[in-house]
Amino acid sequence: MTKIIEVQALTKQYRGIRAVDGVSFTVEQDGIYGLLGRNGAGKTTLMQLITGQAFKTAGKIDIYGENPLEHSAVLEQIVFIRESQRYPENFKVRHVMRAAALLYRNWDANLASDLLKDFRLPTDRQMGKLSRGQASAVGVVVGIASRAPITIFDEPYLGMDAVARTLFYDRLLTDYAERPRTIILSTHLIDEVADLLDHVLVIDQGRIILDSGTEELRGSASAIEGPSSLVKEFFTDCKVLESQDIGSYTRAVVSNLSASAVASATQQGLIVNPVSLQQLIVSQTSGELTNEKEAAN
Amino acid sequence: MDDESRPIFQQLAERLENEVIAGFIAEQTQVPSINELAAFHRINPATALKAVNLLVDEGTLYKKRGIGMFVSPGAQVQLISKHLKKFEFDFIGPLLTEAKKLGISNAAIFQMLGKENS
Repeated sequence: MTKIIEVQALTKQYRGIRAVDGVSFTVEQDGIYGLLGRNGAGKTTLMQLITGQAFKTAGKIDIYGENPLEHSAVLEQIVFIRESQRYPENFKVRHVMRAAALLYRNWDANLASDLLKDFRLPTDRQMGKLSRGQASAVGVVVGIASRAPITIFDEPYLGMDAVARTLFYDRLLTDYAERPRTIILSTHLIDEVADLLDHVLVIDQGRIILDSGTEELRGSASAIEGPSSLVKEFFTDCKVLESQDIGSYTRAVVSNLSASAVASATQQGLIVNPVSLQQLIVSQTSGELTNEKEAAN
Repeated sequence: MDDESRPIFQQLAERLENEVIAGFIAEQTQVPSINELAAFHRINPATALKAVNLLVDEGTLYKKRGIGMFVSPGAQVQLISKHLKKFEFDFIGPLLTEAKKLGISNAAIFQMLGKENS
């Protein structure tokens, strides 16, 4: 696989806050990447840096081996669909489509008009008159129909209902299967997208805390539940991600629990369950802020 | 896919195997394409490819270049014997563990099995 995005020790400092803090990772060609993390974790800043919409404080970003900032040959390859994108006043839906057709080299007008019908978007309506979810759907249509080699969605579905979101996943997946590209999807709805992702990047407090293939993550963590004294005996052999007590009863999320440990726990009457990607990420990012002080320096 | 503890490609491969065993997909007939499987199950196409490759490696499916994937002749019998081997481990083992916990004797289990069959 070819690396197309390479980020090294990337830092973005806003006054007093280090939004992106020494981040390094690579993205390979043709795959669906999930960029996951809590509100304010640094997801949007990271995507703005990658797409040349913000200035970095330190570090290195290479896209096709080049710095994306003010680099039209690189930026032409990218479509970035932002959360709550604003459009010029009086712009109608069809004007957005016409503008997108001019901007994106691989734009497919037929696909765009199919998608507009799927999402039931009135092409003659002004953008400002659309509902929140409809405006988001316009962004989704642009993101899919542009067929850009690097397609980035930042929380694309604010206000979109469950039907529209399902439609988004289906149409994205179908078009991706026919025309593979690199997709980076930032979202809070982890359960909904877990099966679509090849790879997961989790960012917390400006740092990448998890960078792994989705298949490797499946089954890597378990929830173990039962009398505290019995549960805690297993803590010595694995990494405890989260642990909660109620009286003398404990529920814990642990990673790397061996098959023999699972067998012996079950035999002792403990409840062992696999943990979903969403639960795993929640247990890894639910701690308190730690880098607030450092950032002030 | 519903089981969080196992890779999706394994679950998809098993699902296809079960369809062959049950005769829903006959031998020598074509199975859905990678893209169709991915869209239907809402999974990544790379995952669907992995499942199909697993079945090709095990001889359940074979490729016809430029046309698609087909169920191999003899696949049904072969899969049944593979699943028979797993039956004891997957079903009898847990059954006996639970029975032991509840204090059910082997004789009582036989009696229940007799009732189920009649």
